[in-house]
Amino acid sequence: MPVFDYAPAPENREIARVKQYYQPFIGGGFVDGGGEPLKTLNPATGEVLAEVSTVASSDVDSAVTAARKAFERVWSPMPGAERAKYIYRIARLIQERARELAVLESLDNGKPIKESRDADIPTAAAHFFYHAGWADKLDYAGFSTSTAGPPQPLGVAGQVIPWNFPLLMLAWKIAPALATGNTVVLKPAETTPLTALVFAEICQQAELPPGVVNIVPGAGDVGEMLVTHPGIDKVAFTGSTEVGKLIQRQLAGTRTRLTLELGGKAANVVFDDAPLDQAIEGIVNGIFFNQGHVCCAGSRLLVQESVADEVLAKLRARVETLRLGDPLDKNTDIGAINSAEQLAKIRELVASGEDEGAQRWTSSCPVPEKGYFFAPTVFSGVESSMRIAREEIFGPVLSVQTFRTPDEAVTKANTTPYGLSAGVWTEKGSRILWLSNALRAGVVWANTFNRFDPSAPFGGYKESGFGREGGRSGLAAYLKGADDGEV
Amino acid sequence: MSVALADRLDDATRDESSLRRFLDGLPGVDQVGLEQRAAGLATRSIKQDAKRWAIDTAISMVDLTTLEGADTRGAVRSLCAKAVRPDPQRPDTPSVAAVCVYPDLAATAVEALTGTDVAVASVATAFPSGRSNRAVKLADTALAVESGAAEVDMVIDRGAFLEGRYGDVYDEIVAVKQACGAAHLKVILETGELATYDNVRKASWLALLAGGDVIKTSTGKVSPAATLPVTHVMLQAVRDYYEATGEPRGVKAAGGIRTTKDAIRYLVAVNEVAGEQWLTPSLFRFGASSLLNDLLLQRRAKQDGHYSGANYLPE
Repeated sequence: MPVFDYAPAPENREIARVKQYYQPFIGGGFVDGGGEPLKTLNPATGEVLAEVSTVASSDVDSAVTAARKAFERVWSPMPGAERAKYIYRIARLIQERARELAVLESLDNGKPIKESRDADIPTAAAHFFYHAGWADKLDYAGFSTSTAGPPQPLGVAGQVIPWNFPLLMLAWKIAPALATGNTVVLKPAETTPLTALVFAEICQQAELPPGVVNIVPGAGDVGEMLVTHPGIDKVAFTGSTEVGKLIQRQLAGTRTRLTLELGGKAANVVFDDAPLDQAIEGIVNGIFFNQGHVCCAGSRLLVQESVADEVLAKLRARVETLRLGDPLDKNTDIGAINSAEQLAKIRELVASGEDEGAQRWTSSCPVPEKGYFFAPTVFSGVESSMRIAREEIFGPVLSVQTFRTPDEAVTKANTTPYGLSAGVWTEKGSRILWLSNALRAGVVWANTFNRFDPSAPFGGYKESGFGREGGRSGLAAYLKGADDGEV
Repeated sequence: MSVALADRLDDATRDESSLRRFLDGLPGVDQVGLEQRAAGLATRSIKQDAKRWAIDTAISMVDLTTLEGADTRGAVRSLCAKAVRPDPQRPDTPSVAAVCVYPDLAATAVEALTGTDVAVASVATAFPSGRSNRAVKLADTALAVESGAAEVDMVIDRGAFLEGRYGDVYDEIVAVKQACGAAHLKVILETGELATYDNVRKASWLALLAGGDVIKTSTGKVSPAATLPVTHVMLQAVRDYYEATGEPRGVKAAGGIRTTKDAIRYLVAVNEVAGEQWLTPSLFRFGASSLLNDLLLQRRAKQDGHYSGANYLPE
């Protein structure tokens, strides 16, 4: 029994106003879809949270048709300043309903309330605010050419998002599309559709013209219908590299534009002159934020030999203080794994790490009996050839390797088919600059990790995908001609 | 902590240049990361039994302080009475840890507190600025100790520290510690004047190496006084010192902590940065005056289910 035993401080689940039944949002109204309804679970208990009507191919047709009509008649002819008003209104409504959205997100996804409350929802609102500001300034964003004039929207965007940051990924997709004058049909993830459907309510509240945003819940088959639909001008996908490759194959030879934000196996590189206490925080934040369900998670720790023992000892002591449990408890640091399927995948990879000879250390924190949980785990003695060093685990599992020279760090960090993000920890500025050029990753954080801002472009190298989201570069993915050259 | 640090510690105090090498070789502190972590921990939500426990623990950690030119013997005597029985109508309220006064009033406090569990702490060494010579500072310390103070709160020579004369600062702490005899020595770093977290870390280690039993943030006379990030750095220092040497040393956060909410945030930091063994008055203290009454009001509110007026509390 600890001396200072924090009493449970649960957020009230009534705030989420969970309904028993949710419907797809097509053409400005909620309608029943023709697909088999799905049940979404609360991963912290394994209990059914709500039933969601899913769409059939005919519903995808009507969503695309509604989006096309809205694009041609209302949204693209509308002056940017008018579009901005709607997007600002959406941003403010997200803020107004932030608490409801945060609790709902934690119920549906399993992430701790402190993260949905302090990271997911505020950042989602920030993306709408940021992009609303661009809507009337596109002519001056540097995309205009002397021949084609100001940049033009692409048309209807088909967007497919993952379950790790449901509302935030929706914001990353929808905000730039709307700001640039496109309309969207978005498919939320099968296991986390609820906040997207509350977002649809917000679109109604904001009196967004019907058809500008359509939400079509369903599983992978609906995603496939959507991305291969002939009425779609642009596909934006965030998810696994496996599915990303499939989409790219299917779209090859068509005129459909494509951006992909896929998996990662980020290296977090700690040098011996690093601010060690903060590096420990950064390592913890890098891999245990959102249960490690983060495509840019710092899942490979590369630590310089001379401080390796010290870093590992401090890291284990720190990880031991992480509180695992009820996602709605305000003191929970690590919530539930999103699904039984994902938990099985994590267990399988962890077992492979043990089989291949890495040393496993797992926090002794109590693990709830109900629901899908996995205690934070650190593997040391990891070799680059092991599966836990190569494959994306997407869970609270860190693989630790050591290096001796900066060159060795770069080689090890780049030994991966992925290239989404990386971290550098050193007090030496010149080394940060050198390393951020040498690391083949879309984002390199220096002395911090997992920091997101709508103004900072995010995206990958190699098998982590292509295209950027956020910032001025993120707009290019939704404008004609803009993504052809360097922007 | 690695063996490497324990080895380096043995070497650190050999001479001035090895001391400098040790202090300059400490890992840096990243300001953004530190402040982010401190702010993150401050969002812990402490309720019900945990809150009741935290309030009583915080009360037992208070160094009830009066350090004014206008202090009188009568005021010190009434402060001592309050220290022993903070809430006379609720006899189950714990006593505070100590009463902290200027050295000329230490004897008065000792007289008032004899036979109780409350210790007398006296500031010394030309508090708060520390601007005097070594002889005067040692005489000041002697006055405190001879008056019966069980704890001495000294200030470091910030001028010397910022000029990089670490050896001078070290020698002075060693000399004061010697003058303290059996009395506990708290070393005030005055972090508000040290400007960077790196300096706070260096000064913390300097004071620990020189034999300070407790490292203390501030005099309360300089703004900013105690802050959560500064306290984090100092808690990390005592934790690392303990890991390397096996000797537990304390931390005292002083100045600017006025509410129960603030105090609980500090306790959470102590619990999660240094570890739960530091959650005891011998290893963590609050230097405060107005904090106590807020703790008492919150304590009453927890018992009664509603707030009572401040008029029911002494002073």
